[in-house]
Amino acid sequence: MNELIEIQGLTKAYDAQHVAVNNVSLMLPQGKIIGLLGPNGSGKTTLIKMLNGLLTPTQGVIRIGGRPVGVETKAHVSYLPDRTYLSGNKKVTQILDFFCDFYADFSRERAIGMLGSLGVDPDARMGTLSKGTKEKVQLILVMSREADLYILDEPIAGVDPAARDYILRTILNNYNPNATVLISTHLIGDVEQVLDEVIFMRYGHLVLYTSVDNIRERHGKSVDAYFREVFAC
Amino acid sequence: MAWELDNDRPIYAQLVERLQVQVVSGVYQPGGKLPSVRELAAVAAVNPNTMQKAFAELEKSGLIITQGTNGRVVTEDERLIQDIKRQLAKRHGEAYFSAMEGLGYTRIQAVGILQDMEGRGEVEDERAD
Repeated sequence: MNELIEIQGLTKAYDAQHVAVNNVSLMLPQGKIIGLLGPNGSGKTTLIKMLNGLLTPTQGVIRIGGRPVGVETKAHVSYLPDRTYLSGNKKVTQILDFFCDFYADFSRERAIGMLGSLGVDPDARMGTLSKGTKEKVQLILVMSREADLYILDEPIAGVDPAARDYILRTILNNYNPNATVLISTHLIGDVEQVLDEVIFMRYGHLVLYTSVDNIRERHGKSVDAYFREVFAC
Repeated sequence: MAWELDNDRPIYAQLVERLQVQVVSGVYQPGGKLPSVRELAAVAAVNPNTMQKAFAELEKSGLIITQGTNGRVVTEDERLIQDIKRQLAKRHGEAYFSAMEGLGYTRIQAVGILQDMEGRGEVEDERAD
């Protein structure tokens, strides 16, 4: 199996007391859907921001497709941040223009197709859409790229169960079999059916990296139930 | 609709069972074509890799056959299909027995209860084992 992401001794310390990611080493293959799981404050978003070059590691190395994080890796990584950066004043079509300009691998047709099946008017302004619809639109934008790696930070938080199903189905239908999808969430029960593998993090440390069926086989319980056991307070 | 799956067992094993039932019950006929991994994964709302693993398992058992670019078809070996039907039936039987044992019945008594439900007194030949 080809390794897509190589992480070695990765550490991010905001200051001496606040080590958000602590000496994490991981090799993630291509062609998998991987859950990045951990309680609040476990370092998931910090790790994701380093993968996207938005934060600089204090120590350690990240390589994506063999290259250090930078302009070249960004061209192949499609990232859904945990909060929106799209202006509410912009029309959906203007945002599509923006994505076309920005990303060579963006498929406008694919995005328009998905927006159509969702019943979103391309002339609507982002600010007029409901929270759930806004989240769906952002996911559609991210999944309309032909990327090697999709990084989705909390894609299903704060939307109703029907919207969650829509989002998960959109991920399943759009990722190409050679790409890897990294999904961070704490709503494990909702996503575990679509995951190949899971990463557990706690206090910035890597606790576990294994397959979903491995956990079920070995512990006779769902990843959700196992997570509750491992992270019981 | 997404398939209902149990939480406490590996997903691929449950997909294998589901597909076995669909073959045994004739949803997919002997020699009939199966949907692609991707299509079926989308229907079941599971990861395509997991569906792929289930297909690989079914291929190993001979129940489904890959025909190159033609996709996958169900075996035409009726005996194999009947074998799998029997295996699935036995599994249901075991589950019934263990539930009844949980209630304090012996296996013989459990069989008796089934016969009562069917409205037939006793059936001699089934008692043997």
